[in-house]
Amino acid sequence: MMTPIAENKVLKAGTKVHIRAIMPPGHVRAPSYLRGKSGVIERAIAPFPNPEQLAYGLPAKNQMLYRVRFSAAELWGKAAEKPDDVIEAEVYAHWIDELDTVDAT
Amino acid sequence: MPHDQHDHLSPSGHPYRKDDDTPLSYWQSMEIAVRELLVEKEITSFEEISAQIEKMDARSPAIGAAVVARAWIDAEFKARLLENGSTATAELGFDVGPMHLIALENTADTHNIVVCTLCSCYPRNLLGLPPDWYKSRAYRSRTVKEPRKVLSEFGVTLPQTTQIRVHDSTADMRYVVIPARPIGSEALDEAELAKLVTRDSMIGTGLALAPNA
Repeated sequence: MMTPIAENKVLKAGTKVHIRAIMPPGHVRAPSYLRGKSGVIERAIAPFPNPEQLAYGLPAKNQMLYRVRFSAAELWGKAAEKPDDVIEAEVYAHWIDELDTVDAT
Repeated sequence: MPHDQHDHLSPSGHPYRKDDDTPLSYWQSMEIAVRELLVEKEITSFEEISAQIEKMDARSPAIGAAVVARAWIDAEFKARLLENGSTATAELGFDVGPMHLIALENTADTHNIVVCTLCSCYPRNLLGLPPDWYKSRAYRSRTVKEPRKVLSEFGVTLPQTTQIRVHDSTADMRYVVIPARPIGSEALDEAELAKLVTRDSMIGTGLALAPNA
């Protein structure tokens, strides 16, 4: 099940997540090769003003920034050089859905 | 005369550089207009801009190399560097500015490599200006998909038992790799160790040099 991250909730390392498969126009900071893919939280970094609003001079809301880890197999399928190599990227909370809520308290 | 056959070369033997007699692009005009307006409104000054450019040009991979060498000889410093790259770097007296730094340690079974697929994010306070290839579309698009092939083109071939961790610097953090300390470097002091730390080894496209290589 995919659930948006609740307001004021900070995901822990190891939480399974899914990057939203949306294609909004404009200055967005989630690389398209990660959209629609699943990974795990590597760490929660800190809240930063949302660059997707900053870029347009809009009042920017603080968004939690995460590092998300993906396996090469998840991103590239059979084309992966080595399936268990990993790619880690910074992704803002509003791009992330939790994949299961088993650990949620 | 040595250069008679080469009209395209200057008397010094170097090719003539074409004059930049082309009109300004839209963004070049925009940059000049914004710069002049900022000075006119006394928000900044030409002196301040020049000083900032000189400061940027003075930064080089030697700063990062000093940080890595300290991490190699001081386990407690390395732990602090891995915990918070910015505060640990500032501890050594370097100007980290607004940079949020994450340090990544290469080990016997992990190799880290850094790329910014969206633009060209780079830890400039630590390594100076990025090399041109770091900003190329080829490096940016290929590194996340075929890092082993990219590494092999840099002369780095890693065993299949080594896991590669590619770090896409997509937002507010900057990354530096702490390369593995080379075998045979046990007797070297901090300054000698720093000389083994290359720019590429801190991006992850290279390894630290072997002593006496």
